[in-house]
Amino acid sequence: MKKDITQNIGFFILFACIIVTLFFLGTIIYFIFTRGIQIISWDFLTQPPRNAMTEGGVAPVIVGTLYLTLGAMVFAVPLGLACAVYLCEYSPKSIVVNIIRISINNLAGVPSVVFGLFGLAVFVNFLNFGVSILSGSLTLGILALPLIISASQEALVAVPHSIREASLSLGASKWETIKRIVLPTALPGILTGVILSIGRVAGETAPILFTAAAFYKRGYPKSIFSEVMALPYHIYALMTEGTHPDKQKAIAYGCSLILLFLVLFISGIAIYLRQRQRSYHG
Amino acid sequence: MDSSIKMWAEKVSFFYGSTQALKSVSINIFKNQVTALIGPSGCGKSTFIRLFNRMNELVVNTRLTGRIYIDEENINSSCIDAVDIRRRVGMVFQKPNPFPKSIFDNIAYGLRVNGIKDKDIIEERVVQTLKKAALWDEVKCRLKESALGLSGGQQQRLCIARCLAVETEVILFDEPCASLDPISTGKIEELILELKKDYTIVIVTHNMQQAARVSDFTGFFLLGELVEFGKTSDIFTAPKDKRTEAYITGRFG
Repeated sequence: MKKDITQNIGFFILFACIIVTLFFLGTIIYFIFTRGIQIISWDFLTQPPRNAMTEGGVAPVIVGTLYLTLGAMVFAVPLGLACAVYLCEYSPKSIVVNIIRISINNLAGVPSVVFGLFGLAVFVNFLNFGVSILSGSLTLGILALPLIISASQEALVAVPHSIREASLSLGASKWETIKRIVLPTALPGILTGVILSIGRVAGETAPILFTAAAFYKRGYPKSIFSEVMALPYHIYALMTEGTHPDKQKAIAYGCSLILLFLVLFISGIAIYLRQRQRSYHG
Repeated sequence: MDSSIKMWAEKVSFFYGSTQALKSVSINIFKNQVTALIGPSGCGKSTFIRLFNRMNELVVNTRLTGRIYIDEENINSSCIDAVDIRRRVGMVFQKPNPFPKSIFDNIAYGLRVNGIKDKDIIEERVVQTLKKAALWDEVKCRLKESALGLSGGQQQRLCIARCLAVETEVILFDEPCASLDPISTGKIEELILELKKDYTIVIVTHNMQQAARVSDFTGFFLLGELVEFGKTSDIFTAPKDKRTEAYITGRFG
């Protein structure tokens, strides 16, 4: 009997933890949703801001976030994938390579504001790209690199040794084996990593603070050297500056809701792909 | 050298790090014959056949001494490409290992990596090799489906077909029936007997009845040494070495 009681208490504590977690999650979504939904309309999604950002929509802001995210991926995906292929398939087992691996993992733990400062120093000032989509994308790309590398490495390691051997035994070279067998097999896993990092990158504020984001910019960005408005920074700006706090607050909640949905949508795709990968490997 | 000999090994020793897996093995593999290699687990049979398509090179920290010839050519000489050897010497592994692709692409893969681009030729060869591997009737309506949906025995025959497609000359079987049921095993054995008309076959097996059924020559390995080699009928009826006799009568192993 005593065992039963301890067990029940244990279950209860675990259950309570779940409830508390769900409560916070639910509250956040409810809070953002109820406050944000009022302002969402077709115009809000398609019009630029008007009257010192107290009216109108946030279309250029959404576009800015999309540009930055896309730019970051264009830079980070090929580079990250190449690194992962090298580390998994080609690198000799040595202390140096182990140090590289550990460094990449540690890179994932660096606070994002540090990446922001790095971007300011290197891309904005040293390479003279200025505060621009290019600098912001590169900075966000560096932030996404360790995520993409480790996800890709995991996916590559999961490809069974037996099918690599099969490919080599048919007279395929190592490179052909990687290109035609290993990478296609690992693709769903790699995509999952890429998509999760898109979700992360889209929501980051600190890395673009000094490298890409503008408080207000008229119209849409014209080139990769333009400053942009982006959702996370726009929320910050609306809440901390300006002359009509109430009106701005409403817009900020609208932006939060859009960002939340954007990230949820992207994660949804990741889950779908992972599911497909599982059924594929049967 | 006798023209009926397809490949031979000359005093081959092989090391994993400091562990010696093969001790001065010499053997002749005859053309269009089935050679079975038997012996207890860990005696070096698999290591040995993987020398003929240079698959052991993929394992780090290994060392080979002695020579291996295919058609009078030293396959480990520096002017010979391992990729070329592997095309000529196909391999079927212990566990069926089809690619996670369609049945058609599993076979077309070997053709494509060997530079065949013409779609008609590829299609013709896929059909031809599936027929040769006695798999055509079972898969002809589902060529575009994933190979992973086939049964274990069908997968293994697909793997054999995959070898045949690249016009290999030798097929190395590394315990091909270890994970198969008796019916699938029977089909693979029939296929091996059929294939020996056109190919030279080496098969590693733990199943002595299998060796007796399919092979013309048998080699008995023990602790990295080739203890005895000869005609299968001789090995199974009148082994010369006491250890061979003990093994085939089931007294150890």
